[in-house]
Amino acid sequence: MNMKNFKEILKVKCIGIAGCGGLGSNCAASLARVGIGKLIIADFDVIVESNLNRQYFFYDQIGQKKSYALRDNLSRINPAVVVEAHDIKLRPSDILNIFKDCDVIVEAFDLAEMKQMIIETVLSDMPEKPIVSGVGLAGWGDSNSIHVKQVGNLFICGDALKEVSDEMPPLAPRVCIVANMEANVVMEILLDKNN
Amino acid sequence: MKIILNNNPDELSFTEMTVQELLTVKKFSFRMLIIKINDKLVKRDDYDTSVIHDGDKVDVIHLISGG
Repeated sequence: MNMKNFKEILKVKCIGIAGCGGLGSNCAASLARVGIGKLIIADFDVIVESNLNRQYFFYDQIGQKKSYALRDNLSRINPAVVVEAHDIKLRPSDILNIFKDCDVIVEAFDLAEMKQMIIETVLSDMPEKPIVSGVGLAGWGDSNSIHVKQVGNLFICGDALKEVSDEMPPLAPRVCIVANMEANVVMEILLDKNN
Repeated sequence: MKIILNNNPDELSFTEMTVQELLTVKKFSFRMLIIKINDKLVKRDDYDTSVIHDGDKVDVIHLISGG
């Protein structure tokens, strides 16, 4: 891959981000910085103060809808990125409709049930689209356990072990490692596939 | 039968088995899973009816909450 023309390739790509929390907001921020052409983001949730320990939002955004606040943040990072924001709790039919033109889909939900729902939907009904998922990011330390596993068009980033709980909450350093690993895998898919 | 389970060779004392039987025998206890047989997704509803045969490549991926 020619390092000089990667920007031209990324400029015409579209990435779907399902969830605008710890994984989604940080992944989207990195993809905006490297100049992805279009980001389609979706979340139904509202920003609360406890989100700020890991999610790409600011104190003065508490109370705002995550999808719209993230759209504002991404536009401030890179005004050239087109951001389409959906304030919605995604169901399978929404996934097929909203992400139909995406080159890659990023799974950034928090609940395991929702992760299963979107991975099964994409692998069965959009099997040509790569899906990058975040699984296992709780606590701190243990950086070396975080890795990427590929099974066909499914890429899993995380340690695949540490579930969030009150004893082991999600915190910025580890969450952002996994979120950026997802962004890094997206770049690898877009740029190496183009080869 | 011999299968490849999560990229490792595995031997089971069945000639064939359903996905649900595999999960029970192997004690896969996490609730949320993604299962593929020969790179094809098997949905949760089909665990009791999808059959694994000798030589199949099976992937069982645990999903846990957080993100």
